[in-house]
Amino acid sequence: MDWLYITMPIAGVPIFWPGLIILGAGVGIIGGFFGMGGAWMVTPGLNILGFPMAFAIGTDIAHMAGKSLISTMRHGKFGNVDYKLGLIMLIGTVVGFEVGAQMVMWLERIGSVEKVVRWLYVFLLLFIAWMVFYDVAKRKRKEQEALRAGKQVDKLATGIEWHKTLHKIHIPPMMHFKAAGIYCSMWLPVIVSFLTGWLAGILGIGGGLIRMPALIYLVGCPTHVAVGTDLFEVMISGLYGAATYTYKGRTELLAALIMLVGASVGAQIGTVATKYIKGYGIRIAFGWAVIGCMISVVLKLIPSYVPSIKSTCDTLATVVVLGVVSVLSLYITVRMVQGARKEIASKKQKLVAERGV
Amino acid sequence: MKRLWSMIIGFLGVTMFIFPSIVQAAGGGKVANVVIVADPRKVHGVLAWWANLYNESHLYFTLLTIIIVPLIGVAFGFLADFIMSAMGIDLKSRELAEH
Repeated sequence: MDWLYITMPIAGVPIFWPGLIILGAGVGIIGGFFGMGGAWMVTPGLNILGFPMAFAIGTDIAHMAGKSLISTMRHGKFGNVDYKLGLIMLIGTVVGFEVGAQMVMWLERIGSVEKVVRWLYVFLLLFIAWMVFYDVAKRKRKEQEALRAGKQVDKLATGIEWHKTLHKIHIPPMMHFKAAGIYCSMWLPVIVSFLTGWLAGILGIGGGLIRMPALIYLVGCPTHVAVGTDLFEVMISGLYGAATYTYKGRTELLAALIMLVGASVGAQIGTVATKYIKGYGIRIAFGWAVIGCMISVVLKLIPSYVPSIKSTCDTLATVVVLGVVSVLSLYITVRMVQGARKEIASKKQKLVAERGV
Repeated sequence: MKRLWSMIIGFLGVTMFIFPSIVQAAGGGKVANVVIVADPRKVHGVLAWWANLYNESHLYFTLLTIIIVPLIGVAFGFLADFIMSAMGIDLKSRELAEH
């Protein structure tokens, strides 16, 4: 079975390459579907495969750059990317991230902040999960009330409507974001992206997990556009990140390319699946991904209070993350296949009907 | 409008180079200053060439990475496109179902 292992040219260690393809495909599906880089999912996977951790971040970013490029192109064709909004948000993200990173360094000088940062991350994830499921419940309530009144709820109606209040702030320059269908002050996306970037900087994470719901609930993007626009941001930061990490010698190019083979196909599956799953379906699945991420962070926090169970908690955290990746990617793939089957069948039916006429 | 766009793009470019920690936004974490040397004796062919290139110049290795990663991604993306189109899936449009 030696052929299933390939020696990494830089790290010099043999790696089970089908594992890299499967990991890439899983993360590609989830990334293309939710609009995030998914670094929190890749690292435990690479760890299990025995990948040297010195190269983990660089390799992850390099494969993510290629993967998000594909997803952005596909989402762009579906009209899911608001490039203007993405570029404007990038300004806030860059500045916010830097402020957050500098703040952590300042806090570290005062004392250890690692535990505080992790708890902050847990509360943030808890808040996002609550927001998603509260929104879903509120929308359901609206549907039921409309049904009782003998009406139908508006297709574009949402549960949480914070963005409507924020759109009332008319500080010039006002801007129209065509793909997102939003008319608001330019400062709204700038400030929202600054805040999400600032949080990402403090937490030391990519930020897709925060930016995607912020685009929906604060900026007011439709779910599909939030996914596409977020991926556009991930693509730009990913390409820059790939260059700088590689220049520092921290990218195992061969592993990144093998992962990319799976990720580029997976990203297409995830992106096409957004065609068949309604906006609220994406939101619910996203809520579960956030819960999975939160559990893994809590499991990493427990050993700081009970050091004796560190190895058990680490194993459990890895199992949770990989379990979330497997279940979600399987769910998305199945829904994509079901949707594609339906589409092909209806096309065939149309063709038969036309011939019959 | 053109002026606004050139200002935005110019600002982004400059900011990214002034504040390199933005790359963390792509994945997080800091890189420790450790010199890593690849051992090309363990591998052959293209892989040995990669290992040598890595040892000789990180700049050329970076250039190779930022060229090859999008290329491979786009190639496999198109392959997936081709297969899905051949299956009869419409990859150019989707109905906007709801928010």
